[in-house]
Amino acid sequence: MDESLTTAPFAIRPFAIRVEGVSKRYQLGGRVESNPTLRDRVVELARQLRRGGRRTEPELLWALAGVDFEIKPGEVVGIIGRNGAGKSTLLKVLSRITAPTAGRIEILGRVGSLLEVGTGFHPELSGRENIFLNGSILGMTRREISRKFDEIVAFAELERFIDTPVKRYSSGMYIRLAFAVAAHLEPEILLIDEVLAVGDAAFQKKCLGKMGEISRHGRTILFVSHNTAAMLNLCQRGILIERGRVAADGPIEPVIQQYLRGLRVATPWDLRQCREREGRGRVRFTRVSFEDEQGQPVEQGVSGRPLVIALDYEAEDGQPLPNCRASVAFYDGLGQTLFNCSSELVIRDPLDLPPRGTLRCLIPQLPLSQNHYVLTLFLEVNREVEDWILNGIELDVVDGDFYGTGRLYPDGWRGKGVLVPHQWSISGQD
Amino acid sequence: MNQPSTAKHPTPAIPRIVIEPARGWKPLELHDLWRYRELFFFLIWRDVKVRYKQTALGVVWAVLQPLGNMLIFAVLFGRLARLPSDGIPYPLFAFAGLLPWTFFANALGSAAGSLVGSTHLITKVYFPRMIIPTAAVLAGLVDLLISLLVMGGLMAWYGVRPGGSIALLPVLLLLTIVVALGVGMWLAALHVKYRDVRYVIPFLTQFWMFATPVIYPASLVPEQFRLFYFLNPLSGLIEAWRVVLLGGVNGGRLNWEALGSAAIVAVLLLVYAAYDFRRMERHFADLV
Repeated sequence: MDESLTTAPFAIRPFAIRVEGVSKRYQLGGRVESNPTLRDRVVELARQLRRGGRRTEPELLWALAGVDFEIKPGEVVGIIGRNGAGKSTLLKVLSRITAPTAGRIEILGRVGSLLEVGTGFHPELSGRENIFLNGSILGMTRREISRKFDEIVAFAELERFIDTPVKRYSSGMYIRLAFAVAAHLEPEILLIDEVLAVGDAAFQKKCLGKMGEISRHGRTILFVSHNTAAMLNLCQRGILIERGRVAADGPIEPVIQQYLRGLRVATPWDLRQCREREGRGRVRFTRVSFEDEQGQPVEQGVSGRPLVIALDYEAEDGQPLPNCRASVAFYDGLGQTLFNCSSELVIRDPLDLPPRGTLRCLIPQLPLSQNHYVLTLFLEVNREVEDWILNGIELDVVDGDFYGTGRLYPDGWRGKGVLVPHQWSISGQD
Repeated sequence: MNQPSTAKHPTPAIPRIVIEPARGWKPLELHDLWRYRELFFFLIWRDVKVRYKQTALGVVWAVLQPLGNMLIFAVLFGRLARLPSDGIPYPLFAFAGLLPWTFFANALGSAAGSLVGSTHLITKVYFPRMIIPTAAVLAGLVDLLISLLVMGGLMAWYGVRPGGSIALLPVLLLLTIVVALGVGMWLAALHVKYRDVRYVIPFLTQFWMFATPVIYPASLVPEQFRLFYFLNPLSGLIEAWRVVLLGGVNGGRLNWEALGSAAIVAVLLLVYAAYDFRRMERHFADLV
């Protein structure tokens, strides 16, 4: 790729990033995909000669197919899309890691890219040494790193361990250190790829806080993530990427809604074809359905009435599953978390499951008002995440008599938050 | 959101990056390498530090390799085969040749595998990729310095002192680095595309060693082949190393023509390798 690194005499920058018609093509099954050996090349050439010089057409994959957008300085933009839509490829092209096949990009300002935390960390080196190494790899000067060193260590909460080799760190410590270094990058333009999905809840909160701080300083941020709640919090503008193209570009809420609608499983109940899932995959949810308390299938939930979520699952290898944890998490139409029903909260003993079966989660009084909701299904076996379908299941809830008074949530509150049983009383003032 | 202030203060110039698909040859952009100069040091420091932390032998290995080779060759070629050595005691002769040769061979090996070994960096961060094989080559300097100390010890043992031409040593070192870098960079780029290059390296190194006057003097080569022989830039270089280190013992004088042609070939090699590297660079992240 051609890069001219010059200085532009702009008083106020007209834009931060301008992307015009950018496309990126990969060849599949051809030369580029599998690393050939010289021997393979010779064999292939011989084959071509025999075939009379015709080359087989390699299959082409357009990871990006004509992307256009412009980002102004100071904007915080969230980039969303399904797995494989092209978001990470876009970030790679913007970070100059890979070259575009067509199109043009112009960037005004220093760029810092965070495609991964802990890039370049070496297990034999101490935390201190890795801070310098990683910081330098990310583009900080040695002076800058020294200046921020104490801040970084404090952010990571690793004062006591900073001189131990990183190979002795727990995974949590490792991630905290890696993120602490990355969080102290100070470029004008920051490109972040899904790295916030790390660490425990407290640390994530800290990271989000730091991101917020960075954006308040007027820096431009491009944020690729699946975490729609974080995006709602941080970003004003969203860009939806679908199959290598921009499918939506505008204020963040409608863009997220469009994304979530697109995620809904085509055949609502058969999960076998569902691709939008994480986890190791040795055990998979095969079907989800809703039932009432008598086991009769229902299409929707009703406020205040019992709802059963029935999850069929199957283990690939037919082995029983020890120490399992299943959960169903509920989100509103904007992807904000409402609540989570998780098996280990109510089952005291470790849960061992047969290789095939149906898990049923009973919510005695559905605490949701009338609206569309989205569910995330999660299954963990022996502390390994096996299946995790994010925001893939849709549930419609209609009004019901949650409070026993026939009264319902007011209009402006419909679909927001959860219904909570409560009581009111007064004490007399005489 | 803060608006940048204008009017009173002259605003600092803003870096501008244009990314386009490019075809063919690209400029070297050495200024970009200069901007990332600190990363050089950090990568070299990392390689050296890790190597010495990991191996129990550590520092000792730096000495063991050339010394061990020298002992084997001294017995095999010095005693048994009785190779002439320009009047210099054979162990000293061999070590003086092995010193720069070991640096070169190791540098070549590390550089060739350096890009493929840094997949995790190349696919996640931007910096000029040329830094990687260069750091791999320069990391060998530490071992070289240690070997020089050993050389000093050996020379003291044999009562040989360096002459005035020792001042040329930095130049010779620079030229050796240039050759190592040129070939190493080219191999590194090739290795990304064709993975079996890895298996070619040991053969290449072995063959090259016998084509270079490391363990035998260049005077052994018949006159009519000398021209071809000195096309190998390392031939002139290693002979020069020997003369410079051993102070022209026994009338060995510097072969200026050989050295001159070695320098020219070395520089041409490096320039070609650098441009070729830049041309291939944009594909690295996709291939590695």
